Amino acid sequence: MPHDHHDDDFHHSGMSPSGHPYREDDDHPLTYWQTMEIAMRELLIEKGILTPAEIATQIDEMDSREPANGAAVVARAWVDPAFKERLLADASEASREMGYDIGPLRLIALENTADTHNVIVCTLCSCYPRNLLGLPPDWYKSRSYRSRVVKEPRKVLAEFGLTLPDGTTVRIHDSTADMRYIVLPARPNGTEGWSAENLANLVTRDSMIGVGIPKSPA
Amino acid sequence: MVETVRVKTMMPPGHVRTPAYLRGKYGVIERKLGEFANPERAAYGLKKEMQPLVRVRFSMQEIWGDAAENPDDTLDAEIYVHWLEKGVDEIGGVTDAP
Repeated sequence: MPHDHHDDDFHHSGMSPSGHPYREDDDHPLTYWQTMEIAMRELLIEKGILTPAEIATQIDEMDSREPANGAAVVARAWVDPAFKERLLADASEASREMGYDIGPLRLIALENTADTHNVIVCTLCSCYPRNLLGLPPDWYKSRSYRSRVVKEPRKVLAEFGLTLPDGTTVRIHDSTADMRYIVLPARPNGTEGWSAENLANLVTRDSMIGVGIPKSPA
Repeated sequence: MVETVRVKTMMPPGHVRTPAYLRGKYGVIERKLGEFANPERAAYGLKKEMQPLVRVRFSMQEIWGDAAENPDDTLDAEIYVHWLEKGVDEIGGVTDAP
């Protein structure tokens, strides 16, 4: 046999069978903040303030939050004008009313209209309505998105595939302090008579951040 | 009534939640949000100091000048009132600080 690849396969070097590089083992020493997190967690457990099970439950709870929660809130606002009014007045309370436990989160809903389009960003860090939508996408935390969307929002939106007419006013909302935001996108045309459940399938995560619009009915 | 405000130009160190790109810029108060603990103290475990927080709306023209992509687009940000000073509106009338 002219070649024998067994050694390579055994050492996981090169590419995986699907053509992707193998991820390196994280054999490096802990960073300062990793050490800090472990120390803090161990102290909380040692002092009897939290149990390991409680910490795991809380992580599970955060992981279970997903854009579908926000989509249900948006769809309800589309079919129920009184709910929409409550949502725009106090989005935290309206989310709780739908059964989403969003903790002490102070949420503001921003309504897109025929001539206004809203977009959210956190230029200082990565503030995001996690308690309703779950973890933010990686690009939301990138320096590129955070610095560019406040200066050239139309160009950024075009890169997401959303080109807005000149007559539409773009309103950027920088989550600089204690509020979190969710965009209430406009209801797609051609969905008259749809149930909230079906409408929710059209609401994308990006449309609630403002870098997209809901899907069109198939 | 439209309340015009200007973000102070100070550059203190620490956990400041007023973005540098808005310092010295004029805007109008979009809504008042109530009182919140000043993060510039809270971040260091100092005695809690409550500060009114407001949402200020700026035009892209005001923030970026001629470099604005579209001068009439807007940007809203939450600013604690100790960062705001009396603004002067376009026709030169002085308005009150919040």
